[in-house]
Amino acid sequence: MATTTQDSSMDATQAALLAKVQPAELQEQPLVTNNRDFNWVTDKICRIVETKTPTWWWICMAVALMTASFTGLGLLWLVSSGVGVWGLANPINWGWAIVNFVFWIGIGHAGTLISAVLCLLKQGWRTSINRAAEAMTIFAVVCAGIFPLFHVGRVWFAWWLFPIPNSNGIWPQFRSPLEWDVFAVSTYGTVSVLFWYMGMIPDLSVLRDRAVQRLKKNAYEGAGALAKGMDIFRKNFYAIFAMGWRNAGNHWRNYEMAYLILAGISTPLVLSVHTIVSFDFALAVLPGWHTTIFPPYFVAGAIFSGFGMVLTLMLPLRALYGMHDLITQRHIDNMCKICLGTGSIVGYAYIMEFFIAWYGANPYESFAFINRAFGQYWWAYVMMFSCNVFTPQLFWFKKVRQNWALVWVMSIFINVGMWFERFVITVTSLANDFLPSSWGYYSPTMVDILTFFGTFGLFSVLFLLFLRFLPLMPIAEVKFVMPAADPHGHHGDEKGDHH
Amino acid sequence: MANVFPKWVNTIPIKVIVAIILIKTAVVLGVTYYATPKYTRVGYAPVQPVAFSHALHAGQLEIDCRYCHTYVDRSEHSNVPASNVCMTCHSMVRKDDPMLAPVKESYESGEPIPWVRVHKTPDYVYFNHSVHVNRGISCVECHGRVDEMEIVQHEKSFSMTFCLDCHRNPEESIRPTEEVYNLDWERPDTEDFKQEAVGFVHDWKVNPPQSCSGCHR
Repeated sequence: MATTTQDSSMDATQAALLAKVQPAELQEQPLVTNNRDFNWVTDKICRIVETKTPTWWWICMAVALMTASFTGLGLLWLVSSGVGVWGLANPINWGWAIVNFVFWIGIGHAGTLISAVLCLLKQGWRTSINRAAEAMTIFAVVCAGIFPLFHVGRVWFAWWLFPIPNSNGIWPQFRSPLEWDVFAVSTYGTVSVLFWYMGMIPDLSVLRDRAVQRLKKNAYEGAGALAKGMDIFRKNFYAIFAMGWRNAGNHWRNYEMAYLILAGISTPLVLSVHTIVSFDFALAVLPGWHTTIFPPYFVAGAIFSGFGMVLTLMLPLRALYGMHDLITQRHIDNMCKICLGTGSIVGYAYIMEFFIAWYGANPYESFAFINRAFGQYWWAYVMMFSCNVFTPQLFWFKKVRQNWALVWVMSIFINVGMWFERFVITVTSLANDFLPSSWGYYSPTMVDILTFFGTFGLFSVLFLLFLRFLPLMPIAEVKFVMPAADPHGHHGDEKGDHH
Repeated sequence: MANVFPKWVNTIPIKVIVAIILIKTAVVLGVTYYATPKYTRVGYAPVQPVAFSHALHAGQLEIDCRYCHTYVDRSEHSNVPASNVCMTCHSMVRKDDPMLAPVKESYESGEPIPWVRVHKTPDYVYFNHSVHVNRGISCVECHGRVDEMEIVQHEKSFSMTFCLDCHRNPEESIRPTEEVYNLDWERPDTEDFKQEAVGFVHDWKVNPPQSCSGCHR
């Protein structure tokens, strides 16, 4: 470029100025540390799937299956006897079922936020956690779906939830937010599965190609027939699901475009799904439910609990698979900060609800909130408030964010707190409504407890299967954000350009 | 990298999609035709213990429905007559006909004739005969031309749509109350009558329930 004398004199001034003020170099932690190369990333991620199943996996799987069987038992019990086996009774006809539904659906939101919103915002740090978070979303939606599905009682009529022409001459109630829920959650589930699967196709092809290569070399003497058999299985399994991906330029061009489109479709879902879930409450004319703050407050809570769950899952994974170079302190910091941000919104909403209850001068509304905090369910309110409002505030401190064990424990507190939030909202408003003569007290039955407890097992079973058989991180996308992929980067200190 | 699968595998996805579309269409059509009350119920005509002909009694002899089904206009249930009702005539008419032996036997012993029920609403459906026949809904609307049937058969589907079609548009089925038991009556296809029918609905305060609890009480 031709430079005028004026420009060069300005450059000189600037250089002199910079030399004078000596600005500190902005230290941005790399997203993949320890100067790892591309090969290492591929190997690291593929090895998880390719090596012998670790013992801890079998132990976890056995425990998870056993726990999941509680859900099976609970549902069998419910279907064979009727919804009465849950603790639902007038006036509290929405108990743990809706609490658990909202809890699980909320957890899913972090996955969508990471995969869609952070993708559109070009947040490079999403790459090493987005696959696992998307898997978490899908499995959380599976767990969430169980509760409303079985709450219909005669579950074989659950297809009535969908607007299918029938010889009864009736349609679902389109004016009901519960029906909107059906559409919101099924859309959400479908888009999440598509997003997850499509993002996985290039990685599945890598796993396929590696199996093919090993089969070609036929180096199985020591390892035995089982290892070879597994590779034959891998070759076919991944070949089917990689759908003929050849890493061609036009494949990648279409892939990037499809990925952007899906990110665009999913972005409104981050907001809309939990907004509609909040309408289940907000559209009822019950004190404590009928508030306009619910949609933003629910969405923030959902992302809050979702990131809590991502931390709960990723921290142990990182330790078990030795992925400290891929999931770095920077990732953990960012997730903690999102928890802090959304947790503060949630805390603000709790306080604002109280303010509006007083400011709105509606005696029923003020009663509902005083009753929430000091009524018969005060203990649930205390759990909710301490876990959701105080816990995330600790993330202001770098020391706390760097203490992984503490972060992990706090991430569990966040989810406990978010479960209690849904419990407080659902139960306190129903238990003490307008008519004191019809007040009640809700407690769950053994079937409620078994069914809910078991969903953690179901979630774990699905997640363990995901870990064992599918690529944990998008290999190519991790490579894009590595220091080695930056053509203008320093590549370590004073090493010059490697291209 | 050599291909894992041969080239023809590329056609599998499209074949699968086509197969899914075909199978789904077949299932939807099959269920719509074979698994709805229009097929499962219509045409049901069980053999009765006595070969009683409605065509003869109600059609040819023009005996009023209420002669035998005495409580249809007073009760939610339209009763099947006891054998003494048959005997009001048949103690005189064709009293030694072997076809009537079971009736006679029932009359003497007091054991009811085991008629086979043809029309049955499910037990979770509340249906009241009297409210229908007293507000201009004829027997024929649900039971068809019983006065032409040698053996009673299920003529209408009795699906929920069947009920709701009429509950949503009662003026299309309502008739003057004096014609309710006249199964042969033909609805005049005139604007005047349509106006009259709307008038019936209004004047008789016909307000057929469309909410769930109207019938599923």
